[in-house]
Amino acid sequence: MHVAALTAKGGDTAAADGSALWRRAVWDSFAKLNPVTLVRNPVMFVVELGTAVTALLSVWPSLFGASPGVGRGYDMAVCIVLLLTVLFANFAEAYAEGRGRAQADALRRTRVQTTARLIGEDGVELGIVPGGSLRRGQTIRVQAGEVIPGDGEIIAGIGSVDESAITGESAPVIRGAGGDFSSVTGGTRLLSDTIDLRITAEPGGSFLDRMIALVEGAERQKTPNEIALNVLLAGLTLIFVVVVVTLEPLAEFLGQPLPVASLTALLVALIPTTIGALLSAIGIAGMDRVLRFRVVAKSGRAVEAAGDVDTLILDKTGTITIGNRMATEFVPARGIAPSEVAHAALWASLGDETPEGRSIVALAQQEGIEAPAAPPSGAQVIAFSAETRRSGLVLPDGTEYSKGAVDAMAGLVEAKGGAMGTDVRQAADAIARAGGTPLAVAEGGRALGVVHLKDIVKAGLAARFDALRAMGIRTIMVTGDNPLTAASIAREAGVDDFVAEAKPEDKMRLIRAEQAQGRLVAMTGDGTNDAPALAQADVGLAMNSGTAAAKEAGNMVDLDSDPSKLIEVVSIGKQLLITRGSITTFSIANDVSKYFAILPAMFSPILPVLGKLNIMHLTSPRSAVMSAIIFNALIIPALIPLAMRGARYKAMGATEMLVRNMMLYGLGGVLLPFAAIKAIDLLLTALHLA
Amino acid sequence: MGLVGAFLVLVVIALAARPLGRYMFKVFAGRPAFGDRIARPVEALLWRLGGVDPDEGMTWKQYFKAVLWLNLPMALISYVILRTQTHLPLNPDRQGVIAWPLAFNTAASFVANCNWQAYSGEQTMSYLSQLAALVFLQFTTPATGIAMVVGFIRALGQKTDTLGNFYADYLRALTRVLLPLAFVGSLVLLAAGVPDTFAGAAVVHTLQGTTQVISRGPVAALEAIKQLGTNGGGFFNANSAHPFENPNWLSNVLEIIMMSTLPIALVFTFGHMVDAQREGTSQASLRIGARQANVIFGVTMTVLVACFLIIYGSELGGNPALHSALGVRLAPNMEGHEVRFGQALTALFVNNTTAFTTGAVDTMHDSLTPLAGGTALLLMMLNAVFGGKGVGLLNILMFVVITVFVSGLMVGRTPTLLGKKIESREIRLATVAMLIHPVLILAPTAFALVHRIGTSSLTNPALHGISEVVYAYASAAANNGSAFAGLNANTPFYNVSLGLVILIGRYLSVAAMYALAGSLASKVPAAVTAGTLRTDTWSFGWVYVGVLVIVGALTFFPVLALGPIGEALSMHAGMWF
Amino acid sequence: MHFEGWRAWGPALRMSIVSWLLCGVAVPLLIVFVGEALVPAHAQGSMLRGPSGQVVGSADIGQDWTSPRWFWGRPSATLNPATGKPEPYAANNSGGSNLGPTNSALKAEVQANLQAFLAGNPGVSASQVPLDLLESSGSGLDPDITPASAYIQVPRVARATGLPAATLDALVAGQTHDGLLVRLFGAPFVNVLRLNVALARTEGAP
Repeated sequence: MHVAALTAKGGDTAAADGSALWRRAVWDSFAKLNPVTLVRNPVMFVVELGTAVTALLSVWPSLFGASPGVGRGYDMAVCIVLLLTVLFANFAEAYAEGRGRAQADALRRTRVQTTARLIGEDGVELGIVPGGSLRRGQTIRVQAGEVIPGDGEIIAGIGSVDESAITGESAPVIRGAGGDFSSVTGGTRLLSDTIDLRITAEPGGSFLDRMIALVEGAERQKTPNEIALNVLLAGLTLIFVVVVVTLEPLAEFLGQPLPVASLTALLVALIPTTIGALLSAIGIAGMDRVLRFRVVAKSGRAVEAAGDVDTLILDKTGTITIGNRMATEFVPARGIAPSEVAHAALWASLGDETPEGRSIVALAQQEGIEAPAAPPSGAQVIAFSAETRRSGLVLPDGTEYSKGAVDAMAGLVEAKGGAMGTDVRQAADAIARAGGTPLAVAEGGRALGVVHLKDIVKAGLAARFDALRAMGIRTIMVTGDNPLTAASIAREAGVDDFVAEAKPEDKMRLIRAEQAQGRLVAMTGDGTNDAPALAQADVGLAMNSGTAAAKEAGNMVDLDSDPSKLIEVVSIGKQLLITRGSITTFSIANDVSKYFAILPAMFSPILPVLGKLNIMHLTSPRSAVMSAIIFNALIIPALIPLAMRGARYKAMGATEMLVRNMMLYGLGGVLLPFAAIKAIDLLLTALHLA
Repeated sequence: MGLVGAFLVLVVIALAARPLGRYMFKVFAGRPAFGDRIARPVEALLWRLGGVDPDEGMTWKQYFKAVLWLNLPMALISYVILRTQTHLPLNPDRQGVIAWPLAFNTAASFVANCNWQAYSGEQTMSYLSQLAALVFLQFTTPATGIAMVVGFIRALGQKTDTLGNFYADYLRALTRVLLPLAFVGSLVLLAAGVPDTFAGAAVVHTLQGTTQVISRGPVAALEAIKQLGTNGGGFFNANSAHPFENPNWLSNVLEIIMMSTLPIALVFTFGHMVDAQREGTSQASLRIGARQANVIFGVTMTVLVACFLIIYGSELGGNPALHSALGVRLAPNMEGHEVRFGQALTALFVNNTTAFTTGAVDTMHDSLTPLAGGTALLLMMLNAVFGGKGVGLLNILMFVVITVFVSGLMVGRTPTLLGKKIESREIRLATVAMLIHPVLILAPTAFALVHRIGTSSLTNPALHGISEVVYAYASAAANNGSAFAGLNANTPFYNVSLGLVILIGRYLSVAAMYALAGSLASKVPAAVTAGTLRTDTWSFGWVYVGVLVIVGALTFFPVLALGPIGEALSMHAGMWF
Repeated sequence: MHFEGWRAWGPALRMSIVSWLLCGVAVPLLIVFVGEALVPAHAQGSMLRGPSGQVVGSADIGQDWTSPRWFWGRPSATLNPATGKPEPYAANNSGGSNLGPTNSALKAEVQANLQAFLAGNPGVSASQVPLDLLESSGSGLDPDITPASAYIQVPRVARATGLPAATLDALVAGQTHDGLLVRLFGAPFVNVLRLNVALARTEGAP
C-alpha cells in the first residue's frame, strides 16, 4: 500500500484530490463565517463586524443618521468587498486544513480492520480479539502476511516487515527481538516468519492514530511565537479601532461628519488583515511541509524550536559516515609479502559477519586470495568483544589468525612471544591520522601488518554543514573513535567540533553543557540508550527505525531514518517564523499607501487642500476607498501560495537576512500597494465604476 | 551661523552624556565613583533616617510598589501645601487660594514628572508653593524615574530574582546626580543673570512715566532642576521664554544642555550596567550592552536631529499666508518667539523639550508654524526619542522589544533581547504598554472636541483647535508638560481629565514595563551565536527606527492630517480660519 | 519580608519626609541664600537705573513704549491679571498671544500692529518692517528687538527728539550685541530699555 499524500512522489493522486480539496475549502470558507468560531481570530472578527455594519447600512442607509453624500450602492460595494476579505481569509485556512485532512484520510485508509491473536505469558494462544481493543502490555502473535494490529516491541522472533504504509519505503526491513530494531508500528505488514510482540500503545494512542490527529490539525495547538504574534496583532487592531473611532469626532468638530462605510473601510484597510487571514494557514502549512519531508513532528512547538537550534549533535556513524567502515588497503609489516597479510586478514575475518569483516574478505578476494565460503569445520571463531577488542579464527591445527585494535593485538602478540614492530605501529598511526581505523593482523605471535578500514563520509555533507554554519548553527560530531580518527573525519565532513571516545552518557553531558550556556540543542538518535538524551535535547529527532523508547523520547520522528534531515527540519522551522514575520511586516507596511488612498478621499470634503495628499491621483474619493479595500482583499489569496510554501529561506547571517527581508517585505510592502491600488483604480475607472 | 551653533550644542550634549552615563553606572552599581568621600556618609545618614537597608533586594513587584508608595505621600505633601498656601509663609505677593481641581492637576502633574501647568505661576503660586511643593517634586520625581529605569536594566543582565533596592537607587539618584548637578546649575544660571530672591514683585516707574509691576522670586532655585529633571514646570507663565527664567543666549544654551544630557547619559548607563552584570561570563567580551547603547544612541540621535531640522526649516519658512494677505515680509516666524534666542536655538529648544519630555518652552508652541508644532507633537506621540528621565529609556526598550519580536520572526529565530527570550508574555506586556499611549491621547481628544466643556477652552479655531487639544493630551500622556497654551486648561474638565491621563500615562505603562522586567529577569540569557539576531548592530537600529516611526506615524497620521498637516497645506494655500 | 503589606509604608513615609526636608526646604533655601550673597544684582532681578538715578525697570524685562520719542519694543499680548483686558508688558502676567498661524485673529493682530507702526513711522512700507515689530513675543516681556528694528525707528525718534539721525545710529550701534557667540548661539539684538536709557542720557547731556 502506498500513501499518496504522504510521499512527495504521489503527484497523480494529488491532482485528482485537488478539485475536491478546492470544493471543500470553498464550502468551509462559508461555514467559517460563524462568528462564534471567528471570534478567536480578532483581526478577521473585526472585518466581519465591519461587513455586518455595512450590510445594515445597505438596508437602512440612515442607520447612523444622515450619511453625507454617499449612497446605498457605495455601502453595498464596501460590504461585498469586506465579505470577500473574510471569505478569502477563511479559504486560506480551510485550504491548508484540507491538505492536512487529505493526508489524514490517506493514512486512515491504511488502518484497516485488524484482528489480533492474543497470547499468554507462556506463549499459549488465548484467542482472537479486535485489533482496536489491544491495551498496553498485552502480548500478541503475528504471522507472515498479517497486518500488525498495534504498535509494539518484538519479544520473540525475527521477520521482515513492509513499512511502506507509514514510510512510503517499499523495501522491507528486518525487525527482531532485542537490540535497536525491535519496534514495529501498527498498520505495517509482516511479510515473513512469526513474531511475538508486546503492545506499547493504548487504543487510539498508536503512532498511526497520533499521526492522523496531527495532520488533521485536531491536536494543533498554537505555538509560543504564534500566540505572541496573535497578541501583537490584536493590540495593533485595537490601536486602529481607537484611531478610526476617534476620527469621527474630529471630523464632526470640523463640521463634516464622515460616512460610516468609509470609516469601516479605513479600519479594515488598517488592521493587519493580511497576516490575520493567513496566520493559521501558515502554521498548518508549516506542519504539513515537515510531514511532506517525511518527518513527523509531535507538535508545532517542536518545529519552531528547530528553527532556533544553536547546536546540532550528530552521531558519526550513520549520520556523517555511511554506517559501515570498509577495508581499503593491506599494509604489510617489514619483510612480509602483501599477499601474506591479505591471506591472514581474510582467514581472521572468515567467521566475522560484521560489515567490516565482510569488507575485508571482499578486499582480499579482489587481491586474488582464494577463500572458502565458510570457516572449515572444527575451526573456532573468536568473536569480537568490547573487552578483547579483537576477533579471529583458530584452525583445527592450532593456527590462529587474529585481527583487532593495535594495542590489543600488541598484547596478544607479546603474550605469544612475538613483538609488534615499530613499523606496524607507524603504519597504524598513519592510517589513524588519515581518519581510518587500523586493524593489526597477526598469525599466532607474528604481527603481519595492518588493515586500513576507512569511514566513508556521505557525499555533500560538507556543503550542508557550511549552510548550517551560515545559519549560525554549530555542528558537533559524537563518536566512539579515537581522537585522531575523529579529528580526521571531522575535518573531512566539515563539522565544527567533535567529541571522541564518547560513551552514551557523554551525549547527555554534552547537551547539558551546551544548554547551560544558553544554547538550544538538537540531536538525532535511534537506540534505547539515546532516549534520555533525545528527551533532554530541545529538538530530538528519533529515527523511525529506532526503538520505541527513542521514538517516545524524541519530539520528532524521521520516517526515512535519515539523521541528516535534521538540517531540513531546521530550515522549515525557520521558514515558518520567517513567513509569519514577513507577512506581518508586509501587512503593516501596506498601511502607508492605504492611508494615502483613503484619507485624502475622506478628508477632502472637509478640507479641500487635504486632497493634495492624494499623491496617487486616484479618480474619485469613492474609487480611492474601493481600490484600497479591493487591494486589501485580493492580497490575501495572492499570498496563499507564499503562506503554503513558506518564504524563501537561504542560509545567511541573521543581520544580513533581516536587512534582506526588511527590504523585500518592509520596503516592498510600502511600495507595491501604491502601484497595485493605482492599477485597481485605473481599472475601476475604465469600467466606469469609479 | 545659528545652525552651526545648534550643532555645537548637540555635540556638547553628546560628549557630556558618555562620562555622565559612566559615572551614573558606577554610582548605581555601588562601585567607587567620584565624590564617594562626601556622599557615602550622607547617604548612610539618609538611609538611617529613612529606615532603609540599601542592600535588601526587591522583586519587581516590590520595586514597583515602592515607587507608588513613595510617590503617593509626596503628592499628598504637595497637594496640602498648595491648598493651604494662603496660611503659610513666603507669600509676599499674596497669592490666593488654589481650588481643588487645579491643586489635584498640579500635584498629579508634578509627581508624574509631567509638570503640565494649568496655572500662571506668577499669578497663582506663593514662593513656598514654588519651592516646598513644586521644586520638591521636581527633585524627587526624576530621581524616581532614574531609579525605575535602573531597576529595569537589572532585569536585562543575568537571571535574577531581585532588581535592587528602589529606595537606595532613588536616594543615590538624588544625592549623587540631581542635587549636586542642580546646585551647580543654579549657580551657573545665577551668574548668567537669573534672579533668586524672596523679595516680592518690584514696582518701577518707567522712563515713559508709567508704572510696571515686575514679578520675581527664587527663580534660580527652580530653574536648574526644572531643566535637569526634565520637569519643565516654570516659575512664570511664559516659562523659559520669560526673561527672568532665561535671560540670554547663554542661559538658553545651558538650559538646553541641562535638559538633554541626563536622558542620553542614561542610555550609556544602561550599556555599562548590562555589561557589568555579565562580567565573568563567556559573553562578557562581546560588550553587548555598550554596543547596544551606542546603537540606540546613534539612531535616536539621528531622529532627534532630523526632527530638529524639520522644526528649524518650518520656522525659517515663516508664514506665507500672512505675507500674501498683508504684504509683510516673508521672513522667519517671530510670533511667540523671543529675539535673543535666535531661530536655530529656539528650534533646538522646541525639539529637545518635546523629545526629552521636559515641557519647558522658550517660545510659544501654539504659535509655531504648523510643521514645527506638528513635529513637536509627533515627538511626544513617539515618546521615545530619548524621552524623559528613565521612562524615556523604558519606552525605547518597549519599542525595541516589539522590533526584536518582528525582526526575530523575519530571520526565523525566537527573538531575544540581549539574550533574553521575548515570548508571548513579554509581547503581551509590551503591547499593553504600547497601547496605553495612543489610547490616552486619542480617546480624550475625541471626547473634548465634541463636547462644549472641551471646545469652550479653545483659543484657535478649526485645524489648529484640534492641534491644541491633541497637543494637550499628548503632552499629558507623554508626561511632557509643554502646551499649545492657547487652550485654557484651568477648567474642572481639563484639570481632572489631564490629571488622570498624566497619572495613567506614567504609572500604568511603567507597571506593564515592570511586569515585563520581572519576566525578563527570570530568564537565563542565551548565548550569542552566529545565528543570533544581534540587536546591537546598526542594521537592527535602523529597523528599530523604522518600526518606531511607522507605528507612530500610522497611529497618529489621521489626527496629524486634520491638525498640523492640514494646517500647513492651508497656510501655504493662504487660507484663514 | 520587609516590603510586604503595610510594613512597606514605613520606609515610604519616612523617605517622603526626608526627601521633602532635603529637596523642598534645605537645598532651595541654600541656593537662594548663596545667590543673594554671591550675585545680589542678578538675584534681585537686574534692576536698571535711569539718568537721574532712580530705578526705571529691569534690564531683562521689556516695557511698553508708545511715545514716538522712545524706541519701541516688540508687540506684547499680555493681559492685565485683574481685568483680563489686554495690557502690553504686564510683567506680573507673562505670556504670548498663542495665536496659531492660520487663525484670522493672528492676521488681525499683525495687521493692527502693522498699521500702528506705519502710522507712527511715515515713509516706511509694509515689506520693510522687520517681523519682530509685527509679531508678539512669547513672554510678552521680550526686552529686545533686532538691530534692523532699531534702525528703522531712527528717523521717527530723530524727528521726535530733535537728535541727529547719525547720533541715534551711533547709539543703536553702541547697544547692538552681535558678537560671534551671539550670532552662533542666539541672534543679534538691541535691548530697548538700555537703548532708551542711553537715549535719555544723550539728551540729558548735550
